Amino acid sequence: MEDIIRIQDVCKDFGENKVVKHLNMTVRKGEFLTLLGPSGCGKTTTLRMIAGFEQPTSGTIQIEEQDMKGRKPYQREVNTVFQNYALFPHMTISENIAFGLNLKKVKKEEIKKRVAEMLDLVQLMGYENRKPDQLSGGQKQRVAIARALVNRPKVLLLDEPLGALDLKLRKQMQFELKRLQKKLGITFVYVTHDQEEALTMSDRIAVMSAGVLEQLDVPKEIYNHPASKFVADFIGESNLFYGTVSRIQEDTVSVILETGMVSVGKSAVASGEIVDISVRPENLKMSETPIPGFDCPAVVKEYVFVGNICKVMLTLPSGKEVRINQSPKLPELPAGTHVNLYWDISDAVVMSSPDNHVYQAVENAKLA
Amino acid sequence: MKEKRKKRKIDPAFLVMVGPVSGWMLLLVLVPFLYIFVISFMHRSAYGGVKPGFTLENILQVFNPDYLQVFGVSIGYAAITTILCILIGYPFAYFVAKKTPVKKTVIMALVMVPFMISSLIRLFAWINLLRREGIINQALLALGVIHKPLQLVYNNVGAVIGLTYTLLPFMILPLYSSIEKMDKSLLEASYDLGAKPAEAFLKVTLPLTMPGIFAGTIMTFIPTLGLFFVIDLMGGSKVLVMGSLIRNEFITAKDWPLGAALSLFLILVTLILVKVYQSRGGNMDELGGM
Repeated sequence: MEDIIRIQDVCKDFGENKVVKHLNMTVRKGEFLTLLGPSGCGKTTTLRMIAGFEQPTSGTIQIEEQDMKGRKPYQREVNTVFQNYALFPHMTISENIAFGLNLKKVKKEEIKKRVAEMLDLVQLMGYENRKPDQLSGGQKQRVAIARALVNRPKVLLLDEPLGALDLKLRKQMQFELKRLQKKLGITFVYVTHDQEEALTMSDRIAVMSAGVLEQLDVPKEIYNHPASKFVADFIGESNLFYGTVSRIQEDTVSVILETGMVSVGKSAVASGEIVDISVRPENLKMSETPIPGFDCPAVVKEYVFVGNICKVMLTLPSGKEVRINQSPKLPELPAGTHVNLYWDISDAVVMSSPDNHVYQAVENAKLA
Repeated sequence: MKEKRKKRKIDPAFLVMVGPVSGWMLLLVLVPFLYIFVISFMHRSAYGGVKPGFTLENILQVFNPDYLQVFGVSIGYAAITTILCILIGYPFAYFVAKKTPVKKTVIMALVMVPFMISSLIRLFAWINLLRREGIINQALLALGVIHKPLQLVYNNVGAVIGLTYTLLPFMILPLYSSIEKMDKSLLEASYDLGAKPAEAFLKVTLPLTMPGIFAGTIMTFIPTLGLFFVIDLMGGSKVLVMGSLIRNEFITAKDWPLGAALSLFLILVTLILVKVYQSRGGNMDELGGM
């Protein structure tokens, strides 16, 4: 697929504060790409740099092969849907939607036709002559989307557009947005901190943390094969273990945790390396009998029934808590039962730990 | 509405707090107003004062072409002053509203500071600056911009400078509050939709700050109708405006009933302007609770 936005080595500083650090990524034509991360991770700043509200401190942003350096927002063929809608309160709904077309001096009949099309698309026919303050939050949101889409932008930028809506409406709008994007084939760049929203809607997700792109991939890969401890922790729930690689065999790798030896699938790690292991609660298992290859004792603390699943809370000898999601049909073990934790070796994701540089330093010292 | 009023009980604490102010207003505003109203329908007595009796003569006198012309001059001054205040005050308020919160507070405090000095003293300071031998003329002469001193005071120019100076803060305050209140993301949205800065200003900022311009207009236009001492001092007592006419009738001509009738007319014009403001959705609080 063709690239529509290319971000190359972009940094953005606000004074001393480095908000985006050496960001490299591309957005493909026609895809729904989500920038996901906690607040302050630089996702909104990245979006604002694409829109032209902020200029990168260094690096380049290209839209359709054209460098955007120095281009003002009104000189870019992208449109934004703002978090607070930013509808013009002194204009009617149709005047709001026609705003961009009027500026481009599009013919009156053409404007009328395209505004009507948009109202139809976002299901707001009959609301033409209302003012924004006569609409509900969800309706305002749809006007904001129509006002941006009517200009037929190359890319639609959405800055947490559903943040102010209640949960039920948000779910409905997620579905509607995805439907719109598929129907129109316009590239969407969507900013959110809601991982579930990102997983539901996106073709690809870019996970950001502290101004750094952690991982850019399709939702399934992000969930099943997180590239870093941060991604594993931020997307869905994860049990994280910390250990040292001891032995690499043909198709298994042995890792020593604080409790003892466990096994994981073959991965790109070196013997002696410090690693993080992430196991999703639905993939973690327990047994009262010893499991070969796993030496990871835990004590059952409590069961929490949440309908379709049962969450089991367990405590490791270190005091750390881990969770298992299991079928509520399985018998409950009494609190205080000693169990052994294990998993299918293919379900454990092994990541090089950020602490690994300590190991590297020690290794280098040894070599010297 | 009526039902509500019947059921409303008066809270004693409310009475204690509002009572003194209400009494003050009754005594010093309502009573004099009623006095003016009553004497405007009476005859004048030979040595000032009023003679009891009813006549419409004073009221009809107000519509004498000479007086209407004076009224026209007053309206002219008010209009010019208001326009100048908008032209100076809008850019000022606009740029202050963009400053950091601390700078905003400091600058707006500076706008208010002159109120602590009597306006007469401030006007004399202006006269000093503007007169033929004043700093402004001397500086312009020294720079070679002009070859003979400009007549900047004791004429219409002086009067308009004085009025504009006196009333500018009343224009700046409502303008500033409406510009400051405006959601900045609306400007971003308009740029995003293809508006250049000038287009964004005309289509978004200006319409949204109209209430501020409107409130500022009321706040400068109405006081200008009555601020005769500024025009007297800085305009050199050459022109007669509504305020000075009323003063003359009371003090010089000793025709209190006519002075009262002229005052009533001025009050009526003011009330009409305020009503127009309210009917256009203007908020009285933005006028400082007038």
